[in-house]
This record gives sequence, structure tokens and C-alpha cells, in this order.
Amino acid sequence: MSAKFKKPTDDPIWLKVLLGTLAFGFIAVLLLLPLVLVFKEAFASGLSAFWAAITEPDSLSAVWLSLTVAVIAVPLNTVFGIAAAWSIAKFDFPGKTFLVTLIDLPFSVSPVVSGLIYVLVFGAQGWFGRDLMDHNIHILFALPGMVLATIFVTFPFVARELIPLMVDQGRDEEEAAATLGASGLGTFLRVTLPNIKWGLLYGILLCNARALGEFGAVSVVSGHIRGVTNTMPLHVELLYNNYDYVGAFSVAALLAMLGLITLALKSLLEWRYADELAAAHRH
Amino acid sequence: MSAIGLRFPVLRSRHVLPGFSLSLGFTLFYLTSLVMIPLLALMIRPITLGLDGFWTAIATPRVLAALRLSFGTALAAAAIDSVFGFIIAWVLVRYRFPGKGLLDAVIDLPFALPTAVAGIALSTLYAPNGWIGSLLVPYGIRIAYTPWGVLVAMIFIGLPFTVRTLQPVLSELGMEIEEAAATLGATRVQTIGRVVLPMLTPAILTGAAMAFARGAGEYGSIIFIAGNIPAVSEIAPLLIVTKLEQYDYAGAAAIGVVMLAASFVMLLALNGLQSWAAKRR
Repeated sequence: MSAKFKKPTDDPIWLKVLLGTLAFGFIAVLLLLPLVLVFKEAFASGLSAFWAAITEPDSLSAVWLSLTVAVIAVPLNTVFGIAAAWSIAKFDFPGKTFLVTLIDLPFSVSPVVSGLIYVLVFGAQGWFGRDLMDHNIHILFALPGMVLATIFVTFPFVARELIPLMVDQGRDEEEAAATLGASGLGTFLRVTLPNIKWGLLYGILLCNARALGEFGAVSVVSGHIRGVTNTMPLHVELLYNNYDYVGAFSVAALLAMLGLITLALKSLLEWRYADELAAAHRH
Repeated sequence: MSAIGLRFPVLRSRHVLPGFSLSLGFTLFYLTSLVMIPLLALMIRPITLGLDGFWTAIATPRVLAALRLSFGTALAAAAIDSVFGFIIAWVLVRYRFPGKGLLDAVIDLPFALPTAVAGIALSTLYAPNGWIGSLLVPYGIRIAYTPWGVLVAMIFIGLPFTVRTLQPVLSELGMEIEEAAATLGATRVQTIGRVVLPMLTPAILTGAAMAFARGAGEYGSIIFIAGNIPAVSEIAPLLIVTKLEQYDYAGAAAIGVVMLAASFVMLLALNGLQSWAAKRR
């Protein structure tokens, strides 16, 4: 056997070791340590303390509220994502580029600003504040406001995944189906949906994770009423600021587990169905 | 008259596929009611203050310090994330080693971990009695409850953006150019520094811009570690929240408008970078 052939584009060994160590070290200290710490602190006083912290009534109501917000916001954003992607990918109209840019907006807007805009519309000094108060309708510091803020922060996820995917796939298959007499809904369900199902799931997964974990935007509109308008992330803040570290890290660990499950499913989709996701996620 | 029987092709749908008005109509309705109208409420709010009032609301030492901290630190964090983002993307794309898939998945942790969770974890980690904080105390370095804490949180939150924008570009990059450089006598480090890096510039800048935008607006992962001392470690989004709690809606809106304007600028910059990158390919 001859010695292994060294390609000119191979990095020298010292460079490999240097860059590898830097990459591993940075990821371990910056990304992994915080995750390890969350679980260590959550179980610092044993499994029973963890269990007691997450089954305490205020924690359970926080879990329930987070799920309620996600159950309303995620389906609405899914319908929006499909509608936006269908109109953008299958038709030509003026202002399309602007529309795509607008859909990206929440990614560069501060979550606090995302909450602030609804305070300015529905708050006591806001546009409709007076009218709402007269009719005893509660939007701010109540469920509707929290759903609105969550929708704002999470609406790009499904659309952003589907638009490049459906633009890539083109219109030929749908046009063939329409020519052969398929109805609009039939075309979508039998031709489009099978092509985009994994991308759609990918978008919903990310949208749901952000909806459950959103903090800044929801914090501004929630009013922080313990056991009433506290979602899981807000409950973490409340417990932490009350020096209840086991409680705070227990609820945080629950959120971290949800995050890890999301991450695992996301990686699985990227690995198993790479060809059926938007090009940016294939690697 | 035959004119009655005439078909007007203009009035018929120009599209082969159905659902254009329905899907675009719903999209526009959704965006207008949930995004445009609330954004408009923010943008015209400072008008009630007048230009002078707006300026007085912004030009206080506390507000200016908060804006400087948010944007200045976000810039530094984006620069650090770009350097490590390149190193990590390079290692992930070019080297083969066991556990690569796991390492790749870990990059997305800051996306997957809710910001409040990251916030309390970073704060505990870098506090003077924390795992990392206690190692730095003997050297007189304090990270938590100082502006350095803000920097750490922003580096954390921005890293996935720089890695994830570089990775696909790097793996599409053909080896031919690097082989040519090697043939012409360049060392490996010269090839990376003077051939590969310039080709990656649009992607590096795109990732940095995304990390910057995210860091400047970030709230949840920062407020726990920052200590929130006015004019020292108080970020602009937190000042908006504080002003809202004091029912100073106009003051909150004034800072909000500045941040929103910065978001629009970043969005335009990102669009420009993307078309630049597309032209280069």
C-alpha cells in the first residue's frame, strides 16, 4: 500500500487542529454549557422538586396558556403561509418583490417593537383603546393581544419555507392538472400538497417552536398577571426574579426539552427529506 | 349586431391556475390588518409629539446610551460571529470527523432555545459565582451585569445566522479555483485568505447583517445577564418596556420608531447583499 495521497486542497494538519479546536471550543462553551446548566439547575434538588415545580398550579396554567396561544396562532399562520406561497409562486403580479420583503420584516424587527405596535393600537392611549374600554372588550393584557403578538413574530416561518420551495417547483404540474379538468382545490390537495408536505411540516415546526418560546413581544402585551396571562417563558422570568431558581430552571428545562425535540425533528427532516425542502436547508 | 356577441378577452382570467384573487386577497388582508396597520400606528405616533418633542424624547442621555449600547454591541457581536461563523462553517463543510452531524445540529440551539431560557442560563453561567464567571473573578473580569454580558448574549443569539448563511455557499464552492491557486504556488493559508475568503464576502456580510439585526433588537436573552443599569447596561428594547410601564407611550414609540427605521435599513441592506451575491454566481 502506498502512503495516502495528499490533495493540494487539503488543509495542513496544524490548520485542521487549530480550526477544529476553535470551532469545538466555541460551540461547547457558548452553546452547550448553557443547555447543560439548565438541566443541571432544574434537577439540582432532585426529580421530585422538578416535578413539583412544573405541576404547581401557576406553572400548569402557564403551560396551558402557551399551548392555547400556539394552537390559535400556528394554524392561522399556516393558512397564511400557504396562501402567500401560492400567490407568489404560481402567479405574476406587480409588487411581488416588495411583498416577499414585507414577509421577512418580523425577522429584523425587535420583538419588543412587535409588541409595542399592538399596545399603540389597542392600549388605553391607543387608537381603539377608548372604544374597547367602553364596550368592555379586553385585547391587551389578555389572550387576544398575546395571540396577535405571537402571530406577528411567527407569521414568516411557513411562508418563508414554502415560497422558495414552490417557486423552484414551478407551475407545470398544476397547469397540467388544471388543463385536464381538475378543480382548484383538487389540484392543490392532490398535486401541490404532496410536493410540499415536508417543507410545510418544516415551516410549521419552526413556527410552533417560536410561538411557544416567544418572550419579548408577548411580555409587552401580557401584563404579567400570574396564573392568568403568564405564558411559559414569562413564568420563567417571574420565578427567576423571585429567586425561585429551581422553579425557574424547571420550567426552563421543560421549554428546553421542547426546543431539543424541535431540533431533532428538524434535523431528521433535513437529513431524510432534503430534496423536498427549500434549497437553503439542504446540506 | 355582432358586437353583442363579442367576447372581451381582457375580462377573462389571464391565469391558467385558479385561486389567484383568493390567495393574494387573503395574504394582503392578513398583512394589512396584522402588520401594516399596527406599524402605521407606531410610525405616526411621534407626530403627536411634533419634531421637537420627538427630538427631546430621543436626545436624552439615557435613551442615547441605550441606543448606542444596542447598536454598538450588536455590531461587535456580528463581527465576532462572522469570524467564528466562518471557522465553524469551514470545519463543518471541509473536514470529516465523527459526530459531525450532531455538531451541525447544535448550531441551531440559539434558534431552538426560547430567549428567556437562554437568558437565565447565560446569566447564571457568567455570574461571579457561576461556572464561567467564577473562573474570571481572580482576573478581575466581570461579565454578568456589565455591558460585556450584553455582548455575550448577542454573540450567542447571532451565531447560527453567520454559520447557516456561509455553509451552503461554501459547499457549492468548486475546488477548481483552490486547485488552480495551489498549482500556481500559493500556500494553503494564502489560498484560503486571498482566494476563498473574497469569494465568500457577500455571504459573510449577509450573515453579519442578520446577526446584527437580531442582536440590536434582542430582548429576552439579554435582560437577565445585563444588569440593566440605566445609561450603562440598559438596552434600547428594555427602555421601551420601561417607558410603557410608566405609561409614557409617546416616549416608547419614539424609541420604537428609531429601531423600526433601523430594521428597514437592515432589510434593504440584506436585499442589496442578496442581489449582489446572486450576480456574483
